[in-house]
This record gives sequence, C-alpha cells and structure tokens, in this order.
Amino acid sequence: MQGRRQALALTAVVMIVAAGLVTGTGQAAPSVTLTIATVNNPDMVVMQSLTKDFEAKNPTIKVNYVVLPENDLRQKVTTDVATGAGGFDIVTVGTYEVPFWAKNKWLVSLEPFFSGMSSAESAAYDRGDLLKPVMKALTVGGQAYTLPFYAESSMTYYRKDLFARAGLTMPLHPTWDQVAGFAKKIHNPSQKVYGILLRGLPGWGEQLAVLDTIVNTFGGRWFDMSWQPQLTSPAFTNAVTFYAGLLRSAGEPGATSSGFTELETLMSQGNAAMWVDATVAAGYLADPKTSKIAGNIGFAYAPTEVTPKGSHWLWAWSLGLEGSSRHKAEAFKFLTWATSPDYIKLVARSRGWVAVPPGTRYSTYNTPGYKRVAAFAAVVEDSINTADPTNATLENVPYTGVQYVGIPEFAGMGTTVSQFIAAAIAGTDTVPSALQKAQQSVEQTMKQAGYLK
Amino acid sequence: MANQRIGEMPPRARGGLPPSVAAPPARKAARASGSRHRTPALVLLLPALIYLAVMTQVPFLLTLYYSFHFWNLMQPTLGMRFVGLANYAQIVLHDPIFRSVILNTVVITLSLLMLTVVLGLGLALLLHREFPGRGVVRTLLISPFLIMPTVSAVMWKNMLLNPVYGLFDYVLRGAGLPGPDWLATHPLLSVVAIVTWEWTPFMMLVLLAGLQSVSLELIDSARVDGAGPLGVFRFVTLPHLGLYVQIAMLLGTIYLVQVFGEIFVATSGGPGIATTNLPYYVYLTAFQYWTIGVASAIGVVTVILTTFAAMGFFRILNQAVATV
Repeated sequence: MQGRRQALALTAVVMIVAAGLVTGTGQAAPSVTLTIATVNNPDMVVMQSLTKDFEAKNPTIKVNYVVLPENDLRQKVTTDVATGAGGFDIVTVGTYEVPFWAKNKWLVSLEPFFSGMSSAESAAYDRGDLLKPVMKALTVGGQAYTLPFYAESSMTYYRKDLFARAGLTMPLHPTWDQVAGFAKKIHNPSQKVYGILLRGLPGWGEQLAVLDTIVNTFGGRWFDMSWQPQLTSPAFTNAVTFYAGLLRSAGEPGATSSGFTELETLMSQGNAAMWVDATVAAGYLADPKTSKIAGNIGFAYAPTEVTPKGSHWLWAWSLGLEGSSRHKAEAFKFLTWATSPDYIKLVARSRGWVAVPPGTRYSTYNTPGYKRVAAFAAVVEDSINTADPTNATLENVPYTGVQYVGIPEFAGMGTTVSQFIAAAIAGTDTVPSALQKAQQSVEQTMKQAGYLK
Repeated sequence: MANQRIGEMPPRARGGLPPSVAAPPARKAARASGSRHRTPALVLLLPALIYLAVMTQVPFLLTLYYSFHFWNLMQPTLGMRFVGLANYAQIVLHDPIFRSVILNTVVITLSLLMLTVVLGLGLALLLHREFPGRGVVRTLLISPFLIMPTVSAVMWKNMLLNPVYGLFDYVLRGAGLPGPDWLATHPLLSVVAIVTWEWTPFMMLVLLAGLQSVSLELIDSARVDGAGPLGVFRFVTLPHLGLYVQIAMLLGTIYLVQVFGEIFVATSGGPGIATTNLPYYVYLTAFQYWTIGVASAIGVVTVILTTFAAMGFFRILNQAVATV
C-alpha cells in the first residue's frame, strides 16, 4: 500500500519534471527534430559534418543521425519500417530496396513534395541534372521515391607498373578471358603479389555483387520468365566455375573471408595486379594519403564475355522519407538539401573535389575542377550511364537489377547461395554440387513465397 | 498539452503524499490478518511473482506465439496469420539445411566442452601451485574471457588466421611449411579454436575454485598413506572436483550452444553451411529471410534441445560422479 502510494507520488513528480522540460526546451530549441538513419561510409560522414549548413539555413530543424555499417543499417531500418516503429524520418536505402519498399508503402512518393516547390526552389534543385539511369532505379510507377546521395558502378583497377614489367597491356575494354590470362601471368604468391582480387565473402551484397555481373556477361540469369531458378544452367555453371577457378589459381588467399574492405586494403598495400570492384574505390586508390600504389593505378571498364549486358553494376545509396514520419515536409527539405547541386559545391569548397559524392549529377562531371583531380571520372560516369538494371541479362528475366534480383526474398536466398558458392571457392565442395544445393534452396524459398506452385 | 498535464498533476501528487499518515492502519490490518491465516502473505507476494514471471517468461512466450504464425516482415500485405505447426513441419521435414545445422551445433558444443574442460583443468592444476608471480599469471590467463566475442573473433580472423598477414601463416612459412587458409579449409576447427581460447579461462576459474576447496589435511593423510601425486589426484582431488566439473559442464552446455558472435564475424556460418549453428541459423532466418514465424520455431526447438541436452548431461555426470 505504502509502496504504491510512494510510487504514484514519484511518478507524478517525474511527470511534472518531464512536462516542465518539454515546455522549457520547446521555447529555446528548434521545434522539429529529424532522425536520419544512414550508412557509415566516407561520403555520409562528410554529410554529417556539413549538416551545420542545413541547420543554419533552417533554424527550426535539428538533425540527428543514426550511423551504422551497411548490413546493420539494413537490418535496423528494415525492422523499424516493417514493424511500423517509426524511429526514423529519413532512411538511407539502396537501389535494391526501393521498388518493394515503395510497394509496401514504407517509403512515400516524393512527387507531391516536388509539385509543392516554388519555381525558384525547383530551378535551384534542377531535377533534370540527376543521372537518368540512377533515377530510373529509384522511380516506381513513374514516381520518384528516393533521391540519390551517391551512385556507383563497377570497373577494373590494375597496376600499370606490374603490367609494364610483365610486358602486358590492359585494354580499355578487357574480356574476362584476357583478365584471367593476365592474372595467371602476374600471380606470384611467394612475393605476396596476387593476380586478381575478387570478393569471396558470402553475402548478397558482397560476393554476389561481383559474381552476378560475371553471370550476366557469361549469358546466365537467376530466373526464367516463369520464376524457375536457373542456377544449374550451363551459362550460370560456366560463370561460377570460371570465378572459383580464377580465384583458386590466381586470386587472393583467404578469398572466402575477403569482401570490399579487405580487398581495398590488399590493393592499396600493393598486394595485387588487378581488382574488379566498385567504382567508389577509385578515389581511395588514387589518393597517395591512403594508397601505396596511387602513382601506378590504372583504370579500365569492367570485363565482358559473351555479352556486354549487365557486365557492370548500378548501385546508389539514396535518401527517402519513411512512411510513418510525422515531419515529412521538413524531411523533404533535408533531402533536397543533401542531394542538391549546392551541396556538391559545398563539399568541393570544404573538402576538395575528390571528396564530392560521385555518380549523382551530370553537372559534377562537367565541372573542370572534378575532371582535373579525378582521372577515373570518364570511366566511372560512362559505366554508371550504361548500366541498365532493367536490361542486364542476355535472355529475358522477370526481375530488375544487375548485381541483385529485385525481389524481397533475394536478400535471404542470395546469402544462402553465396555460402554454397563459398564452399566451392574454398574447395570443400565442387561447383556443380554447390550449385545443385543452391538451386534446391532457391526453389524452396520461391515455393514458400508463392512464386512457384 | 504540457500545460494541461501540469494542471492535472498536483492533485495526484497530493493524493500520493500522505502515505506516512495512511500507512500505519494498513500495516496493522495486514499483521492482524497474517496471524490468523497465511493467504494474505501469498497475496502480497503475488505482484512480485507475477512481475518476475512476466519479465522472465514473456520473451519466450512471445517466441512460442510467433512460432505458430506466418509472419514475413517483407510481405506486409500478407499480414500475420495462424498456421498451427506448419513452421515446425517446414524446418523438420522440408528444410535440407536444418539437420546439418543441428549436427554442426552438436559438434561445436561437444568439442568445445571437452577442450575447455580439459584445458581448463590443466591450467587450474598449474595455477593451484605456489609460484612467484602467480597473481599476474592468473590475471593474464583470465583475460581472454573478458574480451568481447566479436572483438576476439576480429583479432583471430585478421591477426592470427589471415593467410596473407596472419601470425600463424608467418610462423608456418618461417618453418618452411605451407600456411593454409584456415577459415576456408578448416572452418570448424578455427571457430572451435577461437571459442576455446575464450572459454577455457571460465572453466579454469570454476575448477580452480574447486581445487582450492580440497582439504589439505585429506591430501596430507593420503600422502602419509603412501599415495603419489597421481594417486592423490585420482583418489582425492578428482572425486572432490566432480561437483565442480558438473557445474562447469552444465553452464558450458547452456552458454556454448549459443555461440554466435565468433561465427558471425569469422566465418558468417560458412563456407557453405560448415559453421552454421542454431543461433546463427535463427539470425539468418529472421534477419535475412525475414520469416519471423520460422525463426521463432527454430528458436523454440533450440530451447527444447538445450534443455534436454543439459538435463541429459547432468544425469550422466551425476552417475559418473557417483562411481568415481
């Protein structure tokens, strides 16, 4: 009895204090706080440090960040959005998520907000300047759902000095056969110089990102038009056999635990002759502060084989409004600040042109300042512009996406498939047997999800 | 809103303030009735009991509830619906991976239990002797247990096991031997090595406590009766340690079935599904496939298996202790 009375009294006191705090802060501080979930890569870190500029322009808005590594961000945001917890106003999502997040109404269409802009505002934002292939990936049913913060494709990095010493020349548009030949010639594990670096770390966003571009260019596909998995088809098998074989004969040791970060380290430390991976690494490798091989790095397009279709990927980290946000108008203001041409100029002024988020605006690539510092700019822009998620395979497919299959079930099945392929890369399983298991697992998931009867 | 609350609060606060005045009669009444029969005591205990039951059992009951439902976070339009035992049927009958996962879990847990107890006992016996710097050595030996699982896995993966710049590779190459890619070619062994390194100190501590409680007079009298060091260990120390080994094994079973961080960081359950154990499989199902119902069912199966394993272990060990 007494305990309960005391508890009541305590609650009352706490509530009074809390209420006082709410009214007290309400007068002094901004009236709206936006919570933004974002990924911890360098471009986003720059955005955080420049947010002062946004807050100065919009004194009534305060911005809070929740910054996480890619995989954790995806889980945190998906859980938040799927359970309707409403913890975030703005979420950072990739091109993979946008179509079905839009369909699930977890993101809201940006069109009403765009039509509400004044003509001066829309002129300053200049929507037409956003890269068309990127916007295509972020648009569902003719409506834009997110705006790109940075975009990337994939390309080939190589060491000019090692190639010259071996008497080899890298063509601007190499084929996978040529690349495999170069890799085997230069591979010298006793000197810790590896022929080629390729991701083997399981995960649909790790190993499969690179491998899927190879499957595409070898003429393979994940599903036929009736959603029947095609993982044991000759083209798919050839691609995986090639990938596992190349990694085993001329790739980095420890391939199955090497993802983007590990390979970036190996490449920048001078342990490899070639690396086929995301264009976003170009700035890092070309910067003498972060890379031992900055003076010797060469850039070429991603290799092709049977078809150029889908030989290089398209990915963008983009910002969207979460469906359950209560401050959508303010959040939209932030979106159009962070993806505006003015933001890019702001980064260039404070951090230099190398640090500018790449792949979002044509105007970036037309800036003399950017062209001067970024030798790779032409290859990167062209790769992004020619990557088409709606036409990335030799034969027709019912899905979109270059290095992923744009359905919600792909994250799970992709992770499992990449595990089986990792076993083939490690040599604990054969490629046909690994693909057989992968095929079974994908069939099961597709049946459960109702794509197959 | 805020102003309204402020206006509302004072009366409630005032109502709450006089307990010191109101309490004595209430307490007197409780005491009076308590002397007549015991029910009010239970009634008074009940809130605490209910609170305890709710706090400890709600997560499990919710898991049980979800395990009977279809719920895919990625398909909100399908909603959440009751499906009976379909999730259990799915994992037991139609999931080819599930059986390998159970087998992996058993192999990982059993080998960890054996290794940590044997190594822990060895270290405990060494530490039980007097020698200069014993305190420092003990602290050093305990430290692996204090490092977070993810941190030690990152350390092992990158600094020791890495085939390009790892320490093991460096040493093996120095000896003219080929350094294998440990995590790819010996994934289970690597995971077991990492977790053994972490958990041996725990077993060592439990067993050291046991050793220190062996009566010295008993050992002295055994020596007088002509027992050598081995005889003392076999007939005095070991029987006494039985109870402690039992506790160590029981706690070990419960904790080691749940190994997750090391697997997540070092191998992501692979290559293939070589190191996917039950907790990692729950994670995959819940946060890669987003099928909360199936993940919950696997969770429930894990709890059941752990309970049976721990009980079985306890019984076998009881008999073993009785026969020693």
